[in-house]
Amino acid sequence: MLKGLWLIPTLPLASFLVLAILGPRLARKAVAIVGVGSIGLSALASLLIAGSFLASPPPGYAYIQTLWTWIDVGSFQPRIAFYLDALSLLMILVVTFVSLLIHWYSAEFMLDDEGYSRFFAYMNLFVASMVTLLLGNNLLLLFLGWEGVGLCSYLLIGFWYTDPVNGLAARKAFIVTRVGDTALIVGLFLLFTHLHTLDIQELMRRASQEWSGGTTLAVAAGLLLLGGAVGKSAQLPLQTWLPDAMAGPTPTSALIHAATMVTAGVYLIARLHVLYSLAPVAQEAVAIVGIATLILAGLSALTQWDIKRVLAYSTISQIGYMFLALGVGAWSAALFHFMTHAFFKALLFLSAGIVTNALHNEHNMFKMGGLRKKLPVAFWTFLIGGCSLAGLPLITAGFYSKGRIIWEARAAASGSTALWVLSIVGVLLTSLYTFRLIFLVFFGDAKSRVSRKPGYAMKVPVIVLGVLSILGGFVDTPWFLGNVHRFSDFLQTSLPPPVEGQIHGVSELGSEGFVGLAFVIGLYFSYLFFLRRRNLAQALTARPFGKALHQFWFADWGMDWLYDKLFVQPILWFARVDKQDFIDLLYTGIARLSELFYRAVRTTETGRVRWYAAGIVFGSVVFAAIVLLL
Amino acid sequence: MPSLFYMAAAIAVFSTLMMLTRLNAVHALLYLIVSLLAVAVVFYSLGAPFIAALEIIIYAGAIMVLFVFVVMLLNLGERATELERSWVRPRMYVGPAILAALLLAEMVIMLLQTHVAAHSIAVGPKEVGTALYGPYLIGVELASMLLLGALVGAYHLGAGKREAPSEGSHADTYESRTVAGGDLIRAGTDRTVGAAQSDFHPDVH
Amino acid sequence: MRRNLIFILMSIEVMLNAAGLAFVVAGSRWMQPDGQVMFIFILAMAAAEVAVGLALVLRLYHVHGSLDADAASEMRG
Repeated sequence: MLKGLWLIPTLPLASFLVLAILGPRLARKAVAIVGVGSIGLSALASLLIAGSFLASPPPGYAYIQTLWTWIDVGSFQPRIAFYLDALSLLMILVVTFVSLLIHWYSAEFMLDDEGYSRFFAYMNLFVASMVTLLLGNNLLLLFLGWEGVGLCSYLLIGFWYTDPVNGLAARKAFIVTRVGDTALIVGLFLLFTHLHTLDIQELMRRASQEWSGGTTLAVAAGLLLLGGAVGKSAQLPLQTWLPDAMAGPTPTSALIHAATMVTAGVYLIARLHVLYSLAPVAQEAVAIVGIATLILAGLSALTQWDIKRVLAYSTISQIGYMFLALGVGAWSAALFHFMTHAFFKALLFLSAGIVTNALHNEHNMFKMGGLRKKLPVAFWTFLIGGCSLAGLPLITAGFYSKGRIIWEARAAASGSTALWVLSIVGVLLTSLYTFRLIFLVFFGDAKSRVSRKPGYAMKVPVIVLGVLSILGGFVDTPWFLGNVHRFSDFLQTSLPPPVEGQIHGVSELGSEGFVGLAFVIGLYFSYLFFLRRRNLAQALTARPFGKALHQFWFADWGMDWLYDKLFVQPILWFARVDKQDFIDLLYTGIARLSELFYRAVRTTETGRVRWYAAGIVFGSVVFAAIVLLL
Repeated sequence: MPSLFYMAAAIAVFSTLMMLTRLNAVHALLYLIVSLLAVAVVFYSLGAPFIAALEIIIYAGAIMVLFVFVVMLLNLGERATELERSWVRPRMYVGPAILAALLLAEMVIMLLQTHVAAHSIAVGPKEVGTALYGPYLIGVELASMLLLGALVGAYHLGAGKREAPSEGSHADTYESRTVAGGDLIRAGTDRTVGAAQSDFHPDVH
Repeated sequence: MRRNLIFILMSIEVMLNAAGLAFVVAGSRWMQPDGQVMFIFILAMAAAEVAVGLALVLRLYHVHGSLDADAASEMRG
């Protein structure tokens, strides 16, 4: 059964080819069947493979399937090989399954769009690339998938390319992630130069042998790879592209920018956890990036008026949680949160899609309201998703996954109280902006008319995701709430458990309690500001300090402006100055010089016999002189 | 004998110099003929009578006559002499004079380096003939081919537009063209010299 | 540096003659017939060259209407 591993990335790839070539000629239904069906088959395949893996695990809990040798140059022989262990199995399960739901949803969502087949082609290519990334046995194949998802992200953000704003957003996404990719490439070079392989397992083995803890090389590699992860996962300082990426279609945002691509960075760090264990400095950096991003994005999310941008910032923030978990060594906690986040974030985006679709593409939350009655499916699923996001105690998946991370932020050896406190503040913020969103959109007076209700294809996926957002958490619960650790047991076959540090002061129970408390406080304040007395919020932002803060947080802490001043303007200035292209002048200079010589020589070609005769005489004089004198 | 040599040499040099500075083409030709005759005398004094005879017969007799024919044919007239006057300026001779002086100097240096001995034993025509039909046979054949080529080439070049049926040497052709009223003969007096003057390029050297 | 083509040809004749003279003198000095033989060849060559050269001069005169050597500068540049 495990031999069918190669089908998982290949089926969507084949479907991409079919849709790319034949797409425009196929009927909508056919395109949908091909596009959604390939993902369905892929999900089915991963399900079967998972079953086989769990039932009779291969030796070492890892299965490698080599297809062929990709490059064969001297001692460098990366192969097209897929590596299946608990980590990649988990991720492909989540990715294929969530992709399936989102594709099904978009079969109806994108029905009116002209680029129907193009959309599905891109989405399928994306899934193929993502799975390649996840299953790649060596860093080169991983990088191939990495670039592939970057490409698809660009293509899909700029899907409605006739509007230049979308193109701009797509370019911004690509360029910013490119910065991260460059760091990643340099990291790959570094790893290869010193360890002479890019095969991941081999790499980890050699690294642990040759690089003792804390060597500069390990730290450098770790930081460079962190740079790549930061770019792809939209963390500080490369998070500026994700809010603008919301210009793409909602299913894209759901799939790529919530559930899958942005978690590629998380996967990368988790996969190379040995490296990070060898470089504690780099790992600390991961945690710091995580916590800073968490708070920053949370505050920014509070000020947004576009429903999708709130969710974008929320994604950035939640991935910050995952990075935080990775940074303190709680690998399985990070992946637990990945799974639950995939469920509830995709859910949130899809039901937001239902809402915007119903309101004629209205994105401004302040123009919505009272949709509770009109769009019940959207309301309930959104509520479930939002509660899971904020971490409603006991019944939502988000509660368990986030709680685990927060506890590990305190309890792990490299955790600290500061991290713990800040992450709880993050919970408060999350709760605050989530319920702001819910109250503004679904409660209060109706401000826009509902024109379209979702159909079957849009309702079922969100309902399924809603169910998962509740049940998904029950695979791993703390000891006082059921003591289930199926999930972490499963993952521990490939990722080590977190190193526990000194625990004093607060116990896990207490930590969870604080989380719940933060949730409630956030809920209350949100209720207060956005449901009960809206004018309170307005009063706050009317005051100069409040206004400045509001604008600052709205503009993503000024990072766009900063990057514009630091990078964009100088480059544009240089391009303007270099309009004549003075580097090119070197080459044109050479051309002009030879032209000059040509002109000089040309004057001797007068066509006049006497001139030539004189030349002959002169030449013979010179020759005779040479003969005489030498 | 030496005095014969020096006198003939002096005449040759002098008449060549005169030839170079004449403006009228016919005058220059005449001086050239004198120069050739003087050189023939030099040859004789060197003990090569056969060559002296050849020089006079072929060079002065055939080639120079050809020149004279063509010059006469062109019928350049006074206008041409005026033109020459305008073209030939004294300062024009500076460059070539320098170059020639340099060449002369080089030759003198080379000659002085080798040991010079004076002989005046004649090398008779018999020996020349033997040499020609001996080792230089190839040269004879090639020379004859060269002459054939020159003949054909000159005929072809001179054939012109073949208005009149022509055969043989180019002299015929021109005569026939003259008869047909070719423009060539009338040139020099009225038509083209003046007009062609206007697009001359200034002296380069 | 005369411009008149006739004069140019005449000067060429002078030069050929001078070269022949040098040959004959050399042959006389070493008392071999080779110098004279060379001179005969030079003579033959001069005759051929004069024939063709004059034909060319006549052609040129026909085309340009003058005997200016500079007038035939169409291969300039």
